[in-house]
Amino acid sequence: MTTEIITDIADAEQGSSLWHDAWLRLRKNRLALAGGIILVGFSLIALLTPWIAPYAYDAQNLELGASPPSAQHWLGTDIFGRDLLTQIMYGGRVSLAVGFVATSVALLIGVTWGAIAGYVGGKVDAVMMRLVDILYALPFMIFIVLLMVVFGRNILLLFLAIGAVEWLTMARIMRGQVQQLRQQEFVEAAISLGLPPRTIIRRHLIPNALGPIIVYTTLTIPSVMLLEAFLSFLGLGIQPPQTSWGLLISYGAETMEEFPWLLIFPGLALTITLFSLNFLGDGLRDALDVRRSKD
Amino acid sequence: MSLLEVKDLAVSFVTRMGTNKAVDGISFTVDTGKITAIIGESGSGKSVACYSMLGLVPMPPGRIDGGTALFEGQDLLQMSEAQLREIRGRDVAMIFQDPMTCLNPFMTIGKQLMEPLLYHQQVSKEQARARAIELLDEVGIRDPESTFENYPHQFSGGMRQRVMIAMALINEPKLLIADEPTTALDVTIQAQILKLIANLQTKRDIGVIFISHDLAVVADIADQIVVMQQGKIVEGGDSEHIFHHAEHPYTRKLLAAIPADSKAPMPNEPDTLIEVRKLCTWFDQGRNKEPVKAVNDVSFDIRRGEVLGLVGESGSGKSTIGRSILRLVPVTSGSVNFDGTDVTTLQGNGLKTFRRRMQMIFQDPFASLNPRMTVFDTLAEPLLLHGIENSKSVASGVLKLMDDVGLARNFVRKYPHEFSGGQRQRIAIGRALATRPEFIVADEPVSALDVTIQAQILDLMQDLGKEYGLTMLFVSHDLAVVRHLADRILVLYKGEIVEQGSGEDLFERPQQDYTRQLLSSIPGRALLE
Repeated sequence: MTTEIITDIADAEQGSSLWHDAWLRLRKNRLALAGGIILVGFSLIALLTPWIAPYAYDAQNLELGASPPSAQHWLGTDIFGRDLLTQIMYGGRVSLAVGFVATSVALLIGVTWGAIAGYVGGKVDAVMMRLVDILYALPFMIFIVLLMVVFGRNILLLFLAIGAVEWLTMARIMRGQVQQLRQQEFVEAAISLGLPPRTIIRRHLIPNALGPIIVYTTLTIPSVMLLEAFLSFLGLGIQPPQTSWGLLISYGAETMEEFPWLLIFPGLALTITLFSLNFLGDGLRDALDVRRSKD
Repeated sequence: MSLLEVKDLAVSFVTRMGTNKAVDGISFTVDTGKITAIIGESGSGKSVACYSMLGLVPMPPGRIDGGTALFEGQDLLQMSEAQLREIRGRDVAMIFQDPMTCLNPFMTIGKQLMEPLLYHQQVSKEQARARAIELLDEVGIRDPESTFENYPHQFSGGMRQRVMIAMALINEPKLLIADEPTTALDVTIQAQILKLIANLQTKRDIGVIFISHDLAVVADIADQIVVMQQGKIVEGGDSEHIFHHAEHPYTRKLLAAIPADSKAPMPNEPDTLIEVRKLCTWFDQGRNKEPVKAVNDVSFDIRRGEVLGLVGESGSGKSTIGRSILRLVPVTSGSVNFDGTDVTTLQGNGLKTFRRRMQMIFQDPFASLNPRMTVFDTLAEPLLLHGIENSKSVASGVLKLMDDVGLARNFVRKYPHEFSGGQRQRIAIGRALATRPEFIVADEPVSALDVTIQAQILDLMQDLGKEYGLTMLFVSHDLAVVRHLADRILVLYKGEIVEQGSGEDLFERPQQDYTRQLLSSIPGRALLE
């Protein structure tokens, strides 16, 4: 009995027990774990692409043209004879980077902004949220076109621009959550203990608001990837011979009757990623909800 | 023949964890024109017993294992869902604990009252309206003609409960089931509602089942009382028998849990720890509106080591006073002198140092603990924040606190939702004590708990108060509890102090009408003294 407690406490001392417990629970959720592993695998492939891709990304074979999957080209080639597997690997670099970087930017700004506005309240809240409203009201396309025109086409800028738009909703969700939580007595208890606002937000408010935030994040990543495809399609994002999953899909869609593999394989890559994300997100949400049974 | 005759009723819940016998073979009767009270703590099966008869327990997981419930000779347990629905609408009506959640906030109460009439009986709109107004009048709603068009939020808690009662009576039921109908209400309002239910029952000659966790509440009105524990009836009989000749130890325990004594006054006059002078805490209502004067020009002293009771109804400002002293709400004017320092002017680090010396125990142990922090995290936070323990010694500090508040050590890694209300309140007390405070504001710390748990927590607070040498401001609407615990009592009404004195003085020689009214509202007082 006593020894058991001592190990318990040793456990508890290793960082916050919420995250520790969440990890223990997540480990038991096979779907979420599989999702996580697939995402890590895809990210690794994306990182290593320049070294492991079977062909150079701009290598063309005009004589071959569009060919179905074969021994030389596992996933076939496009109308310029470029290897589709190589294209998907290089496209994944862009899409995954846009998805994760832009979403992280949105998450970081949105959660912080919303938490502060919701916690402090009053005039600060009014000013901060009006700013969000103003940004909301700006036509998004014009905003991005302007950015691109002023600073030139730049992939980093694309990340920032998308992140700068996506954080608005995140901030609103977070603010709503925090406003609700603020009324709870445990926040009052934290104040009366003398905790500084920073710690109250970090330890008491954010962990309790994570559920909706995680769900919204898993929704944001795919929408960001599609947004990139849309911008690239308009000529504002990635330009050939560089490519992304979104671009591959939109080109594939044009020729899907003659060369269906050009749509199917990029589509599959995107679908698998999104499924993995959703499973992982659901698993995370459940794992962080301590009220779920401890089994 | 009785109106309702329940025999050997057994209900269980089948879950993954196994079968749980919620109601284990109980029998009782309800007679026309009589009130039968079912008393028990949460989880004793008192509500399940009544709900299952009316088909209101979801099945599965619920399952009726046997027994009969004869309502006017017909067995409710054998009826189809359609037949039960008929009975529920017409012959049996229910009122619940929280009237707000039972009323549709977007419909005027008049419309809500007329609805069942128009639905169940062939009457015209005018007739329904007349009938509804008559009923509102009967349950004591002032000026029912004009309040007819009001929405639920425009009524106070007590008035809403009256509306609920009117709604329950509108189809002239023969049996009324009241499930903790006064638990959410103030003492004086509670007394009024109890009286109303008793009056209506005699006047209309209906049977009433009154479900409550509190024996004292039913003392004045119940004809029959059955006491339930863990799904079984441990004792039943008329109220004379239960209150004066109770045999079962559990019944005696419940009776003993009703605090009835006065605390002896402190022997010598110790020095003053806190001086509150002309304290005003007003809440702005926006432009062009009078601020709400929650606390208005209040002055009093708290002596070192004493328990000062603060009583009043909801809206009297009693919680706001506690929160003003602790700087949890901004003070409008006045001063709070804590051991020579004016707390109202403190900022930044000075305030943080003072926060260590004053702590609070909250009313609702379900809201006052961060649901995502384990007991360990909750208790370690203040210890580490104020440098009372370092990261090496914090574990032993936490265990010491858990010992002090009577929590088993192996709960240390559990989350709040895994505990009962009483255990949660122990965690909250531990958190408040962690900073080794000199002064504690206890804001209705036991009013969300079952009666026997209440007694345990009050004992714990008393013991710890002595051990830690605490000065305490004990805020409560429950006079009996305050009298049991407090050295001196302040009576608050609409933000101002009406009367103050020792428990004995106030109870034996109240000076003000309002105090007398409060005292006469204490349920079951006559029977117990």
